[in-house]
Amino acid sequence: MVLPKFDYLTPATLEEASNLLVELGAGAKVMAGGTDIIPPMRDKVLKADYLIDIKGIPGLDYIEYDEKTGLKIGALTKLYDIQTSEIVRKYNPAVAKAAKYVASTQIRHKGTMVGNICNASPSCDTGPILVAMNAKVTVHGPEKDREIPMGEFFKGVKRNALQPGEIVTGIVIPPLGEGEHAAYIKHAVRKAMDLAIVGVAAWVKMDGNVCVDARICLGAVAITPVRAPSAEKVLIGKELTPEVLAEAGVAAMADCKPISDVRASAEYRHDMVRVFTKRAVRKALEGYKEDLT
Amino acid sequence: MKKILTFTLNGEKTEVICEPNRSLLDLLRDDLGLTGTKKGCEEAECGACTVLLDGRPVNSCATLAVECEGHDVVTIEGIARNGELHPIQKQFIEKWAFQCGYCTPGMIMSAKALLDHNPHPTETEIREAIEGNLCRCTGYAKIVEAIAAAAAEMNWEAENA
Ligand code: FES
Ligand code: FES
Repeated sequence: MVLPKFDYLTPATLEEASNLLVELGAGAKVMAGGTDIIPPMRDKVLKADYLIDIKGIPGLDYIEYDEKTGLKIGALTKLYDIQTSEIVRKYNPAVAKAAKYVASTQIRHKGTMVGNICNASPSCDTGPILVAMNAKVTVHGPEKDREIPMGEFFKGVKRNALQPGEIVTGIVIPPLGEGEHAAYIKHAVRKAMDLAIVGVAAWVKMDGNVCVDARICLGAVAITPVRAPSAEKVLIGKELTPEVLAEAGVAAMADCKPISDVRASAEYRHDMVRVFTKRAVRKALEGYKEDLT
Repeated sequence: MKKILTFTLNGEKTEVICEPNRSLLDLLRDDLGLTGTKKGCEEAECGACTVLLDGRPVNSCATLAVECEGHDVVTIEGIARNGELHPIQKQFIEKWAFQCGYCTPGMIMSAKALLDHNPHPTETEIREAIEGNLCRCTGYAKIVEAIAAAAAEMNWEAENA
């Protein structure tokens, strides 16, 4: 099937790209890997008169870490490079794992993490861990640059917090400090090329056996990835015994609004939120070893 | 608006004129006659259209031809060496790793991307490398076997060269 007609533009700088977005208005879409753009355009569920390909803009493909700011990932950094990066695997293996959960090897060789979140699908695999980590996206705007906390980035199905002319330049993920652990686990029927039925990310801060802070983020069970405040409340201030984890799982069920679709019924998703919340916290505490390949 | 597109295709500088809405897959098959790359779903789901873009396996149905400006594309037609089939191709025949053959070019390109970077893959790594390639008739066991055999053959060749 032939793609609808559009103009293809290749700005060389962020300024140029952002000016184009402002000038051309709603008909213009930014593309990097294009894997979430080209198939839906062919299916006519996504319309664009102009595709603004930002791959020619230098300086946006990087993975860096420093102890103060944490992990920095560029807008053009491919999911495959994140999944296999020694730096990511060392400093935040849950992020590497979340990248690996996305679609297929081929898509991860083209698609970016920034694209994955900008696409703002409810079942987006990299959203929950970024929210649970309190990550920020850095944004270039026509007037000024700004940062958006991940917790405020998703606005609805396929809707994000970007204003006209704004382009995400990267993601900053705070470091895992002393006693802090994180994990993301996904429940799907197939291992590859499948959307999550439920995805749960957990971040906990421990003082000995006691959890002093926690953030849980649920994917695929609401119109955007959502925090699970009731579950977090159960965890904070307690020793993380199997009973407490089970209680947090039950509490998380109240924090989501899943729908029924071809993948699973709302009831099933609800119940899986219970199970996977418990497992995500356990996984965070256990850590990652060989299961990262 | 039509664009002049210059890229390297199977080792040769190639210049074509094409519209931005041409997928790399359609460019290869319909404009350049390279029909070895297959069209399955056109949804970036099946992997039949896999080619190498700068050495990375990608779905050519989810790639615009114009994205390839200045880049390097390799298709199934470009992997034989001096008129001899690539070891992966040979082993697919040897191990009966296809029936209808529709998924085969894509499988082989994914396998090539793997072996180019990882000459000694584990079975899990082989399976993960072809996770985006669906085979509806052969099943995966023979395909995995063929890729492992190709790795062994290539390593033997490298050591005894
Ligand atoms: S035709 Fe491209 S993935 Fe199926
Ligand atoms: S051999 Fe027929 S689809 Fe794989």
